[in-house]
Amino acid sequence: MATKEKVMTAVKEKDQEVEKENRLTIAVLSGDLERALAAFMLATTGASMGMKVSMFFTFWGLNIIKKNEGSIKSKGLMRKMLNMMNRGGSKRLKLSRFNMFGLGTWMMKGLMKETNMPSIDEFIIMAKDMGVELIGCTTTCGVMGIAPEEETFRSEVDSLSGAAYFLNLASKSKVTLFI
Amino acid sequence: MKADKTLDCMGFYCPLPIVKTVEKFKELKTGEILEMVGDDRGIIKDMPAWCEATGHEFLGVEEEGGEIKVYMKKTHD
Repeated sequence: MATKEKVMTAVKEKDQEVEKENRLTIAVLSGDLERALAAFMLATTGASMGMKVSMFFTFWGLNIIKKNEGSIKSKGLMRKMLNMMNRGGSKRLKLSRFNMFGLGTWMMKGLMKETNMPSIDEFIIMAKDMGVELIGCTTTCGVMGIAPEEETFRSEVDSLSGAAYFLNLASKSKVTLFI
Repeated sequence: MKADKTLDCMGFYCPLPIVKTVEKFKELKTGEILEMVGDDRGIIKDMPAWCEATGHEFLGVEEEGGEIKVYMKKTHD
């Protein structure tokens, strides 16, 4: 019994040893305009507060970091169709609610301009300048019909990786968010 | 309050006042005071929080009409 307790305390102590860095890690699953906006507001604020910030884009979030120009290369009919229906790119993001065939999104973009709010495009460049790390998830590229290659994404994207990279970052971070 | 430099953040909402403050702080020497003028009410709570996180000194807020003036002292590089 005593040995078991000893082992348990040893395990507990080891748990506490994992020191958290002043890090903010954000998993961005959504590709909606307002959620992308929230993610970038927090990322740039975190970087301003001296935090090391990493953003991990997955599923619909990949749309945010797809390049705006040209076509997205993919092989096979199903993937080509998926990419046509779900083209993505920071300039094509829509509101999750009140999109109203684009009218709602258009109005919100107008209000963003009026209140000097940067666009998602500007936010990406700003975040990059502030040292925010942008990571695309390779695993979800597969199911979204995207080739996990650098030419699919904007030049600001630092690297492509999988869940282990994200979890390793998250385990070291003081703050981890899932948007 | 007397400040060494002024930063105009009128018409800007979170997170731009903070981002601009970080940029401006790079121009300041240690010990100098920055006056940031804005109209987003969020900065009344945001700037002290930013100072706490970065270790700079928060000196106070003054409100005049629609203008909010925040005073911060650079305490380190």
